[in-house]
Amino acid sequence: MADEPALSLTGVTVTFGDTVAVDDVSLDLPAGHVLAVLGPSGCGKSTLLRVVAGLEDPDTGRVCHDGRDLRHLPAHKRGFALMFQDGQLFPHQSVARNVGYALRLRHRPRDEVARRVADLLELVGLPEYGDRMPATLSGGERQRVALARALAVEPRLLLLDEPLSALDRGLRERLAGDLREILTGAGTTALLVTHDQEEAFAVADRMAVMRGGRVVQHGTVADVWGRPCDAWTARFLGYASVVSGSAADALRRAADPTGSWSSLALRRSALRVDGSGPLAARVLAARMTPEQIRLRLDLDGIGVLDGVAEPHEDVPVGARVRVVMDTSRTAELAPS
Amino acid sequence: MTTARTRLAYAALAALPVAVLGLFFLYPVGGMIARGFWSDGSFAPGQVLEVFGRSTVHRALWFTVWSAAAGTAGSLLLGVPVAWALHRLRFPGRDLVRALVMVPFVLPTVVVGVAFRQLLVASGPLGFLHLDGTAGAIVAALVFFNVSVVVRTVGSFWDGLDPRQGQAAAALGATPLQVFRTVTLPALLPGIVSAASVVFLFCATAFGVVLVMGGLRYANIETEIYLLTTQELDLAGAAALSVLQVLVITLLLVLSARSHRDTPPATRTAERLRRPHLRHLPGLVWTLLVLAFLMAPVAVLVVASLHTGGGWGLGNYRALGSTGERNALLVPALVGLRNSFEIALGATAIALTLGTLVAFLVSRRPRRTAARRVAGIFDAVFMLPLGVSAVTLGFGFLITLDRPPVDLRTSPALIPIAQAMVALPLVVRTVAPVLRSVDPRQRQAAASLGAGPGRVLLAVDLPTAWRSLLAATGFAFAVSLGEFGATSFLARSDNPTLPVVIYQLIARPGAENFGMAMAASVILAGATALVMLAVERLRVGSMGAF
Repeated sequence: MADEPALSLTGVTVTFGDTVAVDDVSLDLPAGHVLAVLGPSGCGKSTLLRVVAGLEDPDTGRVCHDGRDLRHLPAHKRGFALMFQDGQLFPHQSVARNVGYALRLRHRPRDEVARRVADLLELVGLPEYGDRMPATLSGGERQRVALARALAVEPRLLLLDEPLSALDRGLRERLAGDLREILTGAGTTALLVTHDQEEAFAVADRMAVMRGGRVVQHGTVADVWGRPCDAWTARFLGYASVVSGSAADALRRAADPTGSWSSLALRRSALRVDGSGPLAARVLAARMTPEQIRLRLDLDGIGVLDGVAEPHEDVPVGARVRVVMDTSRTAELAPS
Repeated sequence: MTTARTRLAYAALAALPVAVLGLFFLYPVGGMIARGFWSDGSFAPGQVLEVFGRSTVHRALWFTVWSAAAGTAGSLLLGVPVAWALHRLRFPGRDLVRALVMVPFVLPTVVVGVAFRQLLVASGPLGFLHLDGTAGAIVAALVFFNVSVVVRTVGSFWDGLDPRQGQAAAALGATPLQVFRTVTLPALLPGIVSAASVVFLFCATAFGVVLVMGGLRYANIETEIYLLTTQELDLAGAAALSVLQVLVITLLLVLSARSHRDTPPATRTAERLRRPHLRHLPGLVWTLLVLAFLMAPVAVLVVASLHTGGGWGLGNYRALGSTGERNALLVPALVGLRNSFEIALGATAIALTLGTLVAFLVSRRPRRTAARRVAGIFDAVFMLPLGVSAVTLGFGFLITLDRPPVDLRTSPALIPIAQAMVALPLVVRTVAPVLRSVDPRQRQAAASLGAGPGRVLLAVDLPTAWRSLLAATGFAFAVSLGEFGATSFLARSDNPTLPVVIYQLIARPGAENFGMAMAASVILAGATALVMLAVERLRVGSMGAF
């Protein structure tokens, strides 16, 4: 744990006129790790990324890399690479020239550039694409090329701005896996900002949740997921519902008598219809999906929560059912 | 879907502008050119070819080419950094500067010629440069006119360039200079080529400036045509030069149109523009210097207009109610002012009506190749007046529209029509890009909700286009207020426009006449500047861009 953080932000604040985009943010990122800054749009995460990249000056606070203060160091001298949401490939250059861009800037010999470009295109799964123009590529291919371009000079820090958000779902999942593999394979230190928790979980091993310009929680992905700091964060991370107060007490007494929590975040699948379950509920709504039936349940003495049933179960709207709670699919909220 | 009926509707819409352009542009210009080829009823191309052997013509040709090239280079040098400062940064007063940069473009050429001479004469503020009467002074005046074209055109490309492209490059290690060379410049290049070709066109067909500043020493093709037609009555010579001009201009327009194909859609990036930083200082200082260069002649005019024989005062302005010293004018100068306004109103109405029709037609993107080709030719033909010599047009009016089938010699519509032809391409260029930027799916959505074609126009096109229509109105009005080339042929001395009055006044001796010319110039410059300032508030990026 004695890792000296590769990137360290201390008290970074950025204001635009009267609005505070980034409010006193401090973060550490150890070398070789991937940190996802997760937050809804407008929470200041992209501004934070731009500050690290050197495209925006913070009003106060420090950005250090390997112990060196980066203040006044312009973007092109930081040795980072930035990959935008929409790739921002240079439209007048072929794929190979885009990928080799940073290498040519550094006057690497031509055959070395060609070799490295071929390797990178291979790495991102686009061999034989070198001569294509960006306009002829699909969205996913463009993002792969942008990634190859960003990796070309083995950046000290890779900055990713919603790298997969512009893609459709299936492609996003596949590319997220590839991205994770490529980053860990190369041991790249990376900072990723996204509003999509799935993207964050798929790619990162550390996570910081941002809201209204502030980091409300950060830690390893497992830590943050296992112990959301408040109800908003839990919902944003993908928990279906949060119970607290007397409803939480009632739920604990009935379903988890050994527990000691006072508020709980539940995934949808935490509540499952089961004839021998300890909870009683009425079905308010039911919707079929390929995996399971998604339910709105009114639990007696607790309130309305989401739940599921196996596809073969008969759970018409209005039916009374018994429900069991799976505590491995819940998370205790950190005491406030 | 293109049904026979919609095709018919398009054809009907196209008929009016085509007829007007044919009758009032192609017919006079063609007539003027034909006059040179046919002498005494027989086809005699020999005398036309002979013209190209003359040494005066060689001189005029050479001067045209190098002065236009120098003017283009100068405009780019001055304009590109200004385009950057005005389209990439955000600072107080930026909109005012954008409007001021635009003013020279619509200033009457005669006024600019006079203003430059005032600035450069031995006794003037820049007299120590000894530029008065030199070719350098003419080039400076050409640059003065055309900086705004570069700023507007290149600026609109800069608007369309996502700043994140450059940021991505910078994050990959590109220095600001490398970012400019590898990302910014390639993106701007179509705009620069387009601006350069149009500026070259304007410089090569400059008339008023060269006439006033060139004196007897310097003539370009345009003033040579003027000289041959009015002084030497050598129509064959004039026709030969006109033909040459039309050919070269068509070539340039094709070049410009080709670079236009790469024009980014008229969208702006959502990215907020940056406030200036210390490292942007050189660009801002450059902008300030260019602004000073653009405003100096105007300032000189104002000072000269206030300088009367007896000292300082408004005497020159009061004298505008008179006919000048030794009756230099047939009517009081104020009559010219009133005429100018009336004519400009008429010309604006005509140019706007036709221009809107043309813009509407060229902004549709037909799916069939043949139809697209027709639309392309249609677009190009209506750009022709941009480059064809106003002198050729004016003289063509004189010699073709003076007898049946069209006898307009005494018609008050003659000058407005001629000026409308000059303003027409500018209206089209202002409105068409905005109409083109409307996503066709918006029209389809409106139609699918039950809107008829007229309703679609009202609901989709008009809300997007009304600003550009208003801007085009002001632009056309300002251009027509200052139009001199064609008007100088058509305006009768007893019923002149203000630019013609100014020319008459400076052509006559007498300090009082000169003072009156200055006062009239200030009024004209002030009126056009006010119109442009008002129009600039509409923030129509396509205005003045090519």
